[in-house]
This record gives sequence, C-alpha cells and structure tokens, in this order.
Amino acid sequence: MPNRLSSAEELEKLRAEILSKRDSKKPTIAICSGTGCETYGSGVVHRAFLQEVKAQGLEDKIDVRATGCHGFCEKGVVVVVFPEEISYVKVKQEDAAEVVEAVANNKVLDRLLYVDPVTGKKIAKEADIPFYKNQSRIVFGANKLIDPKKIEDYIALGGYSALAKALSKMSPEAVLEEVKKSNLRGRGGGGFPAGTKWEETKNTPGNIKYAVVNCDEGDPGAYMDRSLTEGNPHSVLEGLILCGYAIGAHQGYIYVRQEYPLAVENLKIALQQAEEYGLLGKNILGSGFDFDVGTHRGAGAFVSGESSALMAAIEGKTGEPRLKYIHTAVSGIKGRPTNLNNVETYATVPLIINKGADWFRSIGTAESKGTKIFSLVGKVNNTGLVEIPMGMTLRQIIYDIGGGILNGKKFKGVQTGGPSGGIIPEKHLDTPVDFDALTDLGSMMGSGGMVVMDEDTCMVDVARYFVDFLCGESCGKCIPCREGLRLLQRILTDICNGEGQPGDLDTIEEVAEVMVDASLCALGSTAANPVLSTLKYFRDEYEAHIKEKRCPAKFCKALTSYYIDPTKCEACLICLRNCPAGAVNGGKGLIHWIDQEKCTSCGVCFDVCPPRFNAVVKISGEPVPPPPPAGTKVSRKKEA
Amino acid sequence: MEEMVNLQIDGKQVKARPGATVLEAAREAGIKIPTLCVHEKLAPYGACRICSVEAEKNGKVKVVASCGYPVEEGLVVRTNTPRLKKIRKLVLELVGPQATFEGQVGGELRKLADENGADINRFAARLAVKSQRCILCGLCVRYCDEVIGSPAIGFVGRGIERRVVFYPDKARKVFAAGMEWATEVCPTGKIGAESDGTYFGFTIDDFLAGKL
Repeated sequence: MPNRLSSAEELEKLRAEILSKRDSKKPTIAICSGTGCETYGSGVVHRAFLQEVKAQGLEDKIDVRATGCHGFCEKGVVVVVFPEEISYVKVKQEDAAEVVEAVANNKVLDRLLYVDPVTGKKIAKEADIPFYKNQSRIVFGANKLIDPKKIEDYIALGGYSALAKALSKMSPEAVLEEVKKSNLRGRGGGGFPAGTKWEETKNTPGNIKYAVVNCDEGDPGAYMDRSLTEGNPHSVLEGLILCGYAIGAHQGYIYVRQEYPLAVENLKIALQQAEEYGLLGKNILGSGFDFDVGTHRGAGAFVSGESSALMAAIEGKTGEPRLKYIHTAVSGIKGRPTNLNNVETYATVPLIINKGADWFRSIGTAESKGTKIFSLVGKVNNTGLVEIPMGMTLRQIIYDIGGGILNGKKFKGVQTGGPSGGIIPEKHLDTPVDFDALTDLGSMMGSGGMVVMDEDTCMVDVARYFVDFLCGESCGKCIPCREGLRLLQRILTDICNGEGQPGDLDTIEEVAEVMVDASLCALGSTAANPVLSTLKYFRDEYEAHIKEKRCPAKFCKALTSYYIDPTKCEACLICLRNCPAGAVNGGKGLIHWIDQEKCTSCGVCFDVCPPRFNAVVKISGEPVPPPPPAGTKVSRKKEA
Repeated sequence: MEEMVNLQIDGKQVKARPGATVLEAAREAGIKIPTLCVHEKLAPYGACRICSVEAEKNGKVKVVASCGYPVEEGLVVRTNTPRLKKIRKLVLELVGPQATFEGQVGGELRKLADENGADINRFAARLAVKSQRCILCGLCVRYCDEVIGSPAIGFVGRGIERRVVFYPDKARKVFAAGMEWATEVCPTGKIGAESDGTYFGFTIDDFLAGKL
C-alpha cells in the first residue's frame, strides 16, 4: 500500500516519479474498455493484445492499456496506438497479432483504419476523423489516455492538482467564488448555476452537510455520465471533494445506477485508491480537511434522479419526490443542507479550479459557458459521445460530427433532453445549442441525450413512446402527473391506432397545461414536453392520423398497409418465404400478392425485398389496390 | 414572542406565525382552500394538488400546493383564479373514473366534484381504468405510519401501476385495535365499504401474484 500523501508537494513528487518511469515515445496500444466496447468484446481483445505482445517478446517495448470510453461507440472495439494516435476501428481479437506487428515496425495497418463514409477515404490519425476533429474534449478527452482502474494514470495527467491547489492555496470561499464566477451551470438537466447552489448549502447554518453526485442517468439513449464515471472516475471524485471543501461538507455520496456495474466497480476502486494515497478520508494532503465518500446504488427508478427523491433513496426510503418549497440545499439528506450536482458538472470543477473561471468563461455562449457532452444517437452516420463548446449549432453537431443522416434519408427532427425534452424540427437546426436556446424551442438541454430522427419516424409515435416510458417511470404520487400521463398515453395510443377522436388535440393541450402548472416535481411538469413540442412542430401529422387515418411517415402499423407492385415483382419468393404471417401468395414465376386479411403490417416483406426490385410499397390513408388476378405470371422483360 | 409574517390572501392582509403553511394561514384567517389529501395530524404530502394556489413573489406568479408552501413576508396569494379552478376541475376529472363505485363517487370527493363543476365520468370511457374506488391520496398509508406508528399499509408499483396494499399480518394486528380511523380518513369510502372490520381483500400477496 502506498504512503498517504501529506502535502501538495508530495503529490507533485509522486507525479514526477510516475512520469519519470514513463517514456512518452514508447508505443502504447489503448483499448477502449467502456461498456459500449465491452459489449463488442473489448475484454477479450485486451487479453489478446497482452498475449500477443508477450508472444512477440515486445513486453518492454510496447505498453497495452485498457482505457475509458473513447466515445465513438458505434465503431467498437476502438483501439488507439500512441504516441501517433493511430486509430483502429471495429477491432477483433484475431486482429491483435497484426496490429502488434505493425506497431513494432512503426507501420500503419491499413485494413483496420476508419473509412470516411462521405469521401470514402481512409483516415489514420484519430484527430483527423471528422467525428473527433470537430469536438472540444476538455472534460471527456482524458478518458482515452487513462486506465480508470489506475489512479496513477490520472495523477500522471495532472490529476488531483486542482484539489492540491485548493487545499494548499485557496480558502473554501475562494473555491466557491471561482465556481460562481465561472457560471458553470448544472449538466444534469435544469441548468441551474452550480455556484449558487453551493453557496446556498454553504450559507445554511449547520455542522453537518453533504455533497452528492447524481449518476442516476436514465434518459433513453443517454450515457455520458456512465462513460465519464466508468472512464474517468477520479475526475468526478476530485470535483466532489472540491465541492465538499468549498461548502463545508465532510461526507459525500455518489448515487449510481445499479444498471451501471462497470461504473460502480471503477468508482469503488477509485475511492479505495484515493483513500490509500491520502486524497480522501482524514486530513487530505495534510490540510486538515476531512472528507469521506460512500456510494449508493440506485434501484433502477428514473424518478430517483429528482433531487428530493434521490435523497430519500439515500436515506433508505422510497425514492419519491417530496414537496420542495424548502430547497434540498437547505434541507436535504436527513434534513441537512445537501448539494447535489450531476457527474459531468463535478468533473468540470477541477478544470475550472486549475485553469481559472476566466478560461472557462472564454468557452461557450453568453449565458452557457464551457462544453457539454451529448450522446448523439439515432439515425446519424456517426453515433457516440460528443463534447462540444456551447453555442455550436444542431446542424454542425448532426452533420459535421455525426456525418449526416443514415442511408441518405431526410432529417426530420432531433430529440433533446430525454423524456423531459422535446423534438426540434429542421427549421431550427441552425440554433446554437445552449441551455436557454433549447428551452425557448420547447425542448431542453437535459442531461445531453440527442436522438436524431429521419423521415421514416412518426412523430405521434415518438410522443407516445416517451409518454409510455414515463407512465412506468413516474413515481405515481401526484394526480396531475400520474393520471395526466395515463390519459395522454390512452389518447396517443388511440391516435396511433387510427382511433383518434375530434377534440383529442384540445384535450391533450388542456391536460398538458395542468400537468405543467400543478405537478409535484419537474418530472411531471416537463412530462408533456415531447407531446407539446411535436404538436407544435408536427401538428399536421397528428391531424392526418385523426382525420385521414393516415400516418405520413407510414410507420404506425394500424394505419399502414403493405402492397406488392405487380409491375415490379420478379417473383423471387424472398418475401413469400419470410412473411411470418403467411400472408404473401404466389409462387415460382407467379406475381406475389399480399392477403390484406392475414397481413400484420410487420414490414418484413418491405425489408427483405431486394433493392433492385423495390416492389413492396407502404400505403397509408389510401385504399390498397386489388391484387392481380390469381396465377398472373411474371413477364420477365429484362430477359426478353 | 416570535415576529409574525405578513402576507396577503385573496386581498386580505393576514398575519401568520413563521413556519406556517399558506393553507394554515388561510384557515386561520377564515379563507377556505379546498383540500383532499391533507389531514391535520399528518405531514404535508402534496399529492392531490386540489389545494393549489397562485403565489406571487417579486412579480413572479407560480402555482404551489398551499398545504406545504411556507408563508413568506410580502407574499401575495390567490386561491380561486380561473387557472386554479381549471386545475381543480381537471384533477378531479382525471382521478374520477378510478374513484367511482357503480359510476358514482361518494364522500368528500362528491362534494369537491360538485363545488368545482367536475364531470367525474368525463374521461371514463377513454381511461378505461378499473374502478378501484381509490385515488391513491395516501391518507390511510400515512395515518397508519405517522399516527398509529405501524406501517401496515403501503404503496406498491410505480407510475400508473401504483396501488395501495395491506401487509396482512401487520394489518390484522393494527385493525384488531379498532379501524374507525381508517374508515374516517378514506375520502372515497372504500375502506369502510370493502372491509369486514378485520381484514382487507387487497394485500401485498395479491399484488405480487398479479391479481391487482
């Protein structure tokens, strides 16, 4: 076990010692070991690299490192070779030998390089890949450089220097002032200024105070907090300790989802290592400041991300929001002043302390400073975690970083902010992304989910999806949220099923208004946002469903029929064989046709029909043409 | 003596002790705010939102639950605006279908529905919920826990699946000592009507077995 560091100087000495043992020119093979790449088998790939380096007798010439999430999850397993930062994508265990050989001979292995889908060109250096090139990874960037299970990697990069600076040279008030001055706003959803929250906790009288990390990330499609917690746990921890110092708390908690096992594991290791080095616990770095941290694993309730619900859960009670007219900053866990911030907010704090509030304020827009990590998912070419300076436009994120819409389809909307957010249409794509601009559009920043939707997405169905999600994730305590959601769910389901009634849209608006006004917590008051924003920007789609029984995106099953165009069908038997309902008739040489009585609108025929025939068409809102007379043969014009 | 807090409720100047809620201050001043899930012996809960009022501070108006909102110097409260009437009416209409018994509601709920012009069956067909005769106000749950001191009744499930259930062994003991209180706190009359005085049909075991 290492000696506990008893001063800022000792930390610097340790850092120098770690660096002196490292050769920055020595090749390092970094294998992304975040949960995304893990599902692609990064554990196996990592072991293959270790074995291969050993087998080729290169152990003292090449380092192999399992790192935090790199963010380009779609291309997993992602492997980067330092110092040149050559990026290999979709790496499998059988590729290890060749990669190691290439590294040993200072060569680039062409076949595993990233191919730009736009230009078709191969790109060797990670920094040149458009997905990375257009990002500013000040918070997330360290992930690829460190093994999250080794505190020494974090220290080597300057880790805990902000804590050492604060404890040795700054008063708690000075730390608070710096955070206030930076105008860092909460990255978890609300965008409330972190410094103001800290100050309220600090100024509330009391000997016992708490600082808590909210890692109860639960928005569908969002996973930046997971990747940061599992990929760079010490950055979150350092921010938390700094907060404790500033507000006068000596106990911290990290509330982390049970569904994030790697985050839980890496956090526990991080806590233990920080404690061993004297960066946590009693008399941190010899400063006299004590701070302990416990982890609390969430039992999978989305609503527990709400501050008062989260604190109830930490106390061992049901995770339900309470009346919050007295802030949790004043009366939180066990009635004590408690500061709660999100993972990303805490991870940003050490940077602010090190580089100063002015540096932080130089990034971003007038009211939203710094960067924000988004999880860019859905129908874009490049999906993954992207960190951008506030103020970048949605179009830049989706097209420059995301590489545009998948399969050359048309963009339709982008959902931001998860179930509390909304859907933003094409005409607002040039909006600079910041807290206030997104709220003005009827959406919100939320924790940073960004789900891109193409022309095949039905906006009524999207609204129904989020309402469904919340019907199961609301706590059910207050009537406007619980019963409002239930009614919205019934109405939206009816509309999707072609059973919408005149007046439904008025009822939706009436219910939504009361939910906004009267719900107990923010989950309820924002729950109608996905419905209201789609109603605002895509009202015609709702009306088509209700009045014309037509789904413009041809997505809603009850309103969509499938039909085989007899002039295009080549009787290839593929749809006939694949139809799970046995609804496709015809045979060898006979034009296929769909028995509408049997058809379940599953869409398999549409998906399997070879693109060169393109014979299956979707029909909505119009009658399906009658099938050709029984036994009509294919006339093979092309062969004639 | 403590310094009193001055506020205005429906145009009337009201003095309240610090720490009091707006609802308490209003009641003391003889101003009636309708409530449903409030009970004098229980901590404010804020589930029904019937007691919503408009609170104006520094020119900003927001809707708050008066049962839990603390009085503040200079606060301006309005208890019966069109916005609030709309909330009360819709809340009652939303919760109505599951509160009915044979298409009707009784007790406190009936009174509130009449006072607020709420059509209890407005969404009955659309919501198509089982008539539970329960609006999940939590009065029985909270009274049992906070006053009786034995949590024999509890909530299970989340969101629209939320239910009240009894924990059979505990509940038998609690109710053996008299169950008038439970009949009394229930605003829909469910407990009085559905219990034989010693036992309830809807237990945690039924919930776990998927019968509820």
